[in-house]
Amino acid sequence: MSKLSLITKGFIKDNPTFVLVLGMCPTLATTTSAMNGLEMGLATMFVLILSNIAISLVAPVVPDKVHIPVYIVVIATFVTVLQLLMQAFVPSVYSTLGLFIPLIVVNCIVLGRAEAYANKHGVLDSALDGLGIGLGFTLSLTVIGIVREILGSGSVFGWKFLPGDGILAFVMAPGAFMVLGYLMVLFNKYLKKE
Amino acid sequence: MVLCLTAVCLVCAAVLGCVYAVTFQPIKDAAAKAQMEAIGKVLPEGVEISGEQSVEIDGTQYSYYVASADSVTVGYAVKVSAGGFGGPVELMAGVLCDGTIFNTSVLHADGETPGLGAKCTTDPAFVSQWSGFAADKKLAVTKDGGDVDAITAATITSRAYTKAVAAARSVALYLGGQCNE
Repeated sequence: MSKLSLITKGFIKDNPTFVLVLGMCPTLATTTSAMNGLEMGLATMFVLILSNIAISLVAPVVPDKVHIPVYIVVIATFVTVLQLLMQAFVPSVYSTLGLFIPLIVVNCIVLGRAEAYANKHGVLDSALDGLGIGLGFTLSLTVIGIVREILGSGSVFGWKFLPGDGILAFVMAPGAFMVLGYLMVLFNKYLKKE
Repeated sequence: MVLCLTAVCLVCAAVLGCVYAVTFQPIKDAAAKAQMEAIGKVLPEGVEISGEQSVEIDGTQYSYYVASADSVTVGYAVKVSAGGFGGPVELMAGVLCDGTIFNTSVLHADGETPGLGAKCTTDPAFVSQWSGFAADKKLAVTKDGGDVDAITAATITSRAYTKAVAAARSVALYLGGQCNE
């Protein structure tokens, strides 16, 4: 697989949200607005790239019996690092996403990529895989966030173009499921043909 | 096996320790800065703001800052919190001597639902009503017979917010005797 396709596969072919259907908890919970989706996607990408790199390095020496605990410890470390960094340098982002950052530890995309990819590939490939899947995840979350924000709040990235409140259901959990479902249908029907 | 796990945990703990040490001061600074900004926002411009003071009313400890102009007290910034939807809602409320709310600013509302309760920091209608909230208006959401317009679909957060502001007002009025000295 070429280096470029490693990065772009996350957009369509191996899209973590619409094709692999992984990481549904943050996907449903944080996409109340486009900005929240984008920020959550980037936060996950940060952890994904670093954990993929670290795991591809340690995988050859880790005995099979303890590989899951090792991966979890590595992932949890990067998540905590991210949490501290966000708290220190972007406190405003941390205050909106704070609740969901620790949950990245149990995001199955991160552990999934460690298990399915990083432990059998080199450092560079694993880093690119993390970048690709991370970008795909960010893109999906942003798209869901945009749709929910337009329908639910009448705005895009905080820019309000409709007066009033919009359809509140789309800001809440049922709307998250509906938007995700319809986007998944559209995605698989029109984009994943090839 | 044990050795490997131990080694990984050791390295991870070391990394965490380093990052914690490096970010400790910035996190503290960021919190202090947010607090100073909040105080500045909730009190009239140009007033002199005292250092942090505290007072105990009915067994609850409140931190507050006195605002004065030409050494006459004009109001107080009180740090208050109330239980919201998913945790405490902590805010700074500026109250003038007569009980008028000058303005409010949220310090922490991390547990509120993004897009619903978390809008208590951004929702223009909700946020703007606090600026100059008159002393004779009732601090309760309209659903409970008060004068506060709640955020749509976030009554619990709105109630918590209102309760916190009410606490700030009672602290300010309690301290208020000093206003006319």
